[in-house]
Amino acid sequence: MSKENNVPALDLEPDTPTEQTIEEIVASLGDTVGETRVDNPKMSVSNVDVFYAEKQAIFGVDLDIANNEVISMIGPSGCGKSTLLRCLNRMNDTIPICRVTGEITLDGEGIYSKETDPVLLRARVGMVFQKPNPFPKSIYENVAYGPRLHGLNRNKADLDDIVVNSLRKAGIYEEVKNRLDDAGTSLSGGQQQRLCIARTIACSPEVILMDEPCSALDPIATAKIEELIDELRENYAIAIVTHSMQQAARVSQRTAYFHLGKLVEVGDTDTIFTNPRHELTENYITGRFG
Amino acid sequence: MLFLVIFILTAIAYVLGRSRAATLRKNGTLMHSLPRYYGYLTAIYTALPALIVLIIWSVAEPTILKKSTMGTLSAEVQSLPEGERNLVLNDIKNLATGGISQSANDSVRTAAAAHYAETRDRSRLLKSIAVILTALAGFFYGLKKIHSNTRARVAVERAIMIALIGCSCIAIFTTLGIVLSVLFESLRFFNKVPFTEFAFGLHWSPQTSIRADQVGSSGSFGAVPIFAGTLLISAIAMLVAVPFGLMSAIYLAEYASSTVRAWAKPLLEILAGIPTVVYGFFAALTVAPLIRNVGESIGLDVASESALAAGLVMGIMIIPFVSSLSDDVITAVPQAMRDGSLGLGATKSETIKKVVIPAALPGIVGGILLAVSRAIGETMIVVMAAGLAANLTINPLEAVTTVTVQIVTLLTGDQAFDSPKTLAAFALGLMLFVTTLILNVIALRTVRKYREQYD
Repeated sequence: MSKENNVPALDLEPDTPTEQTIEEIVASLGDTVGETRVDNPKMSVSNVDVFYAEKQAIFGVDLDIANNEVISMIGPSGCGKSTLLRCLNRMNDTIPICRVTGEITLDGEGIYSKETDPVLLRARVGMVFQKPNPFPKSIYENVAYGPRLHGLNRNKADLDDIVVNSLRKAGIYEEVKNRLDDAGTSLSGGQQQRLCIARTIACSPEVILMDEPCSALDPIATAKIEELIDELRENYAIAIVTHSMQQAARVSQRTAYFHLGKLVEVGDTDTIFTNPRHELTENYITGRFG
Repeated sequence: MLFLVIFILTAIAYVLGRSRAATLRKNGTLMHSLPRYYGYLTAIYTALPALIVLIIWSVAEPTILKKSTMGTLSAEVQSLPEGERNLVLNDIKNLATGGISQSANDSVRTAAAAHYAETRDRSRLLKSIAVILTALAGFFYGLKKIHSNTRARVAVERAIMIALIGCSCIAIFTTLGIVLSVLFESLRFFNKVPFTEFAFGLHWSPQTSIRADQVGSSGSFGAVPIFAGTLLISAIAMLVAVPFGLMSAIYLAEYASSTVRAWAKPLLEILAGIPTVVYGFFAALTVAPLIRNVGESIGLDVASESALAAGLVMGIMIIPFVSSLSDDVITAVPQAMRDGSLGLGATKSETIKKVVIPAALPGIVGGILLAVSRAIGETMIVVMAAGLAANLTINPLEAVTTVTVQIVTLLTGDQAFDSPKTLAAFALGLMLFVTTLILNVIALRTVRKYREQYD
């Protein structure tokens, strides 16, 4: 279950009366500041609302994800950034009470349309999770899992190639090349996370979604993953949710700031961090709350 | 009555002890513990020694009474063998309590009965006095102990710990006692019948004759057929229970909506609450005739008590075990595993088959082993439905017998407790116990190992 299930009724500003409903607060936030659209987007989110049962978690979000770009989504806990990320490959389908309205497209095709198979969609839009979650299988089997499912390999040699290339792209091959048959869980936390990234890459996705991929890792492992994200940008469109503003500043080209399920401001990372236009964005990145 | 007195004294001791400590505290004495601990301590001082005296007295009383009454009887009676002496004593006791006695007119015995009654009454009076005095002594000692130097909290904590240790010891020693008694009786059996014959003999016929010249006087104790029968029935039961239990567990854990789950799980667990006797006559009266009719209609020769009937019903009985334990381990597989697999574009059933079940496998195996040991030890169903004939066969349509059935048959009714026939039951029980113990240990090990993996 997502931890975004409950939208916290947190007081934004000290003088906000608590009787105000979330809907009223959201309405008071106004329209999204900054340019939500890009030329030739890979994925495009239009007017998306998300509900968990009766509770609305996302309010009318518009956002584009461009090719060869890392977009970071930041904001205080419970602002809906993970929820939106999980909408992008329909992982929210696994939560029965979750309902999504609006339109999300991948290469111009609606991913929530009847023709789209969520299973195939998830192969095209891969996801890396907050906590490293290698399967209780060998390192090799972990990476071979996706290609086997989708029949991407014609024979064993093909599969070996895919596994080695994926591990190499994830920058972990040198560390594990002599123990591909060891359990994936025997690796360290940072290695496990890179294994999970390799596992995602092995499915040849077009977009990679990362949900706080470094929150369970130490600074050195984090630095390695950030480096890796930067390299992966050449071939994939990447969206990353993070709680670390430094990380957003280091790895992303564009940044989107969310607040209580509303996209408040989006723009070039440099601009957002040096010259935020919305008051809430400024408060957040200067550390006044969040 | 005496218990009531001790109880009231204890209650008073608690209240007084606490209020006294509270007063001292109010007057500025720096007490070690809170007042209620002094209350507990006084109560313990009051109740514990008194109860010990009461128990010792109650245990020793009959022996002393017996000795004393014996003393009044003639030397002739005293030289009687143990059994007959006890008969005489019982008779006197009956006389004394006004029960029915054969010797109401025997003057010696009437006198003895009077002596018995008198001694008994005196003993009771003395017992009451001793117990109450002990309680009072403890009570005053406890009150005297209420001062700042007494570490009442520490003492109470220790008393609680000792009480808990005592309780667990009772369970452990009882188990140990049972094991040892079974073990010693089995050793007696193996003195009469060699272990190799028991373990490898192919013929089971435990009837021993009373006279040496009867036919089949020796009896034969080859346990292989009955262990084979046990295994056959357990195997049939597991063939039923494992697929159905596992599938329903997967459905409940992965597919069922919370509403369905809330209904289906308790319903499934009701199966576990049905008494095995009910399963037994269901097997004997419904399933077995059904199987025989079906078998005969397609030209098979089916015994009226078949291994198949017993095994099928036992399997149904075990389904909730397998499903409940498997459901627990499947639910314990972290959601992150499923997310990871779904996120790579696996379907739900692929995820279950390739990730969830492998991850839960050690736990599932542990649950199945527990179910196997349950199947091996199950008695009622097989007594009613499996039959008594010790056939060495793997044909499920024939009647077989199991270890538990044999133990029941060997030990019900009037038995001489030193014939190989009865002792064989203990040997069988020992084997059964060892088998299920080993299975349980393996099962619990696997389950625990699995749990450690994710915590």
